[in-house]
Amino acid sequence: MSLIDVRNLTLQFDTDEGRITAVDNVSFSLAPGEVMGLVGESGSGKSVTAKALMKLNARNGHYSDDSQITLHLDSGPVDVMSLKRPRDMAVIRGGAISMIFQEPMASFAPAMTVGSQMVEQLLIHSNMNKRQAKELSIEMLDRVGISDASTRFNQYAFEMSGGMRQRAMIAMALSTKPKLLIADEPTTALDVTIQAQVIDLMKDLVDEFKMGIIFITHDLGVVAQTADKVAVMYLGRMIEQGPVREVIRNPRHPYTQGLIDALPKLDDLGAPLRAIPGDIPSPLERPSGCVFHTRCSQIIGDICKTHLPAWADTGADHRTACHLCHQGASA
Amino acid sequence: MSDPLLIQTKDLSVTFSIGNGVFKKQQLKAVDGISIDIPKGSFFGVVGESGSGKTTLGRALLNAVPISDGHATYDDGEVTYDLAGLDGAALKDYRKRAQLIFQDPYAALSPRMTVRDIIAEPLEVMGLTANREETDARVREIAAKCRLNLEHLRRFPHAFSGGQRQRISIARALVSGPQFIVADESVAALDVSIQADILNLLKSIQQEMGLTFLFISHDLSVVAHTCDHVAVMYLGRIVESAPTRQLFKNARHPYTKALFSAIPSLDPDDRGSAQKLVGEIPSPTNQPTGCKFHTRCPYVTELCKQQEPPLVTCEEGHAVSCHRWEELQEGITA
Repeated sequence: MSLIDVRNLTLQFDTDEGRITAVDNVSFSLAPGEVMGLVGESGSGKSVTAKALMKLNARNGHYSDDSQITLHLDSGPVDVMSLKRPRDMAVIRGGAISMIFQEPMASFAPAMTVGSQMVEQLLIHSNMNKRQAKELSIEMLDRVGISDASTRFNQYAFEMSGGMRQRAMIAMALSTKPKLLIADEPTTALDVTIQAQVIDLMKDLVDEFKMGIIFITHDLGVVAQTADKVAVMYLGRMIEQGPVREVIRNPRHPYTQGLIDALPKLDDLGAPLRAIPGDIPSPLERPSGCVFHTRCSQIIGDICKTHLPAWADTGADHRTACHLCHQGASA
Repeated sequence: MSDPLLIQTKDLSVTFSIGNGVFKKQQLKAVDGISIDIPKGSFFGVVGESGSGKTTLGRALLNAVPISDGHATYDDGEVTYDLAGLDGAALKDYRKRAQLIFQDPYAALSPRMTVRDIIAEPLEVMGLTANREETDARVREIAAKCRLNLEHLRRFPHAFSGGQRQRISIARALVSGPQFIVADESVAALDVSIQADILNLLKSIQQEMGLTFLFISHDLSVVAHTCDHVAVMYLGRIVESAPTRQLFKNARHPYTKALFSAIPSLDPDDRGSAQKLVGEIPSPTNQPTGCKFHTRCPYVTELCKQQEPPLVTCEEGHAVSCHRWEELQEGITA
């Protein structure tokens, strides 16, 4: 039984320059206790996709009619698209789904203590009284490895270091016991040594709380260390998805291959770095056909420029949207 | 050493006074007694966590923060400057010869100037060109070198992606014809695909124009691919310094080893093998006694807590500052 099912999610925004497609026909599902890495460059639509699960996107966003997001909770399935009023949304926002953002300094209110923010959300999302909420908050701060938690509870975000703030953010996100945690680049702003600590912590917590995690990152190394499965996005489309070992060892889409080749490898210092040529196109000038064809090094012909590639099965649970894979299958 | 040295520092320190009030003054030693030699035409890397003082070191070498103690000299064959006492005409001349590329290409470019004006500004401010035609010719030449489309020169920065903006920043740094460039986390804000492109560009410019780079980064894998020599900093001090290959093959300091093992491996089956550091870098206003790394070091002894280890040469060009490096070396081979 899956935890969340996303079908044909399409999201467009009206801007001054015209209507742009931020998410284009994205489908995936996630089981409880599963960690999915969502990978792509900036502008690929990974954050917008994740925010759509909580309907957190700006008011100028339009979902297509066939977009479907179903969350399977103990109390029964919830159709996220049909939730309109903020009051109904409380079931998912901060309740069944929690989110950790990239910049922990920007996600805490600067004029409230960290503790009072943790208590506030528990009062909203649970039946606890203030004293219980405080006890649980301090327990969670302790659980994520913050020493002297009862002192830290009364401090402001600016009094903490970057790593500690991110730990506090994780403690806060997990204290409501969400079914699904969305982590949007949670380690990007941190030093490698602190990143390693935070990744370890998140792995422990998944084991303990058995929740699903969507881990958004542009670092494939972080994905390899944390995720069970990977979905790669480019310009709003999902172009490859599959189990982490499959996708990283045997990437089939030229874009995924490019992302892996561009990473500096420590075991071969002499190898030149290979960049993906060009830049991600503006969403206002979406290429026709396969969205990646303007930068693709393995383009096969006009078909890439005119036809959107369909999904091809490229292994166990491994799917790739590329004409190359169809060609291989028919040959 | 075959190459002449462009930058040479001896016990370089930068101290900031912080806090207000007569009695509350505190001294923050951001860079603490650093001696480095940067050969002409090299790509010299400085690595460390945030708060290790790597940016302050770069700024001190550009004379952007005052040097509180020690010496730093610049010698490009034409002129020699003592960076500590630089002012007036000499300082103006040094500004032409030493330039900085910033981390965040979104914040570093004025949104109200065209790309042409951004790149031309150093020429105009320093009075390096006689007239507008000469300026334009120079801007076009540099823009082409940085693989910027000449049509783009009329546009404003908001029209560009992160990678293109970083190329504009690089063009601006190069336009005055510098010898020495400090690149401070110049690829940290970019996507991996773009990061590789910028690194390749920096490398080719460096080789083509014979420049000397001080490359500051927190990412060891990026440093490994670009630099000839790497210095690892921790709380204002150099803990290890070696030629890149040597350092990567044979890291001696426990901190360097921990930095290496913290890099997420691309192998999904190689999880959790990393040797993790506990805790965080201490505050520079309240530094530990003895070896500054002892609060997080897995091999700490009483000696480490009391006495600061000297930076000793363990092999040609490879220096390490650890009381126990010899022991630890044996421990690993045994």
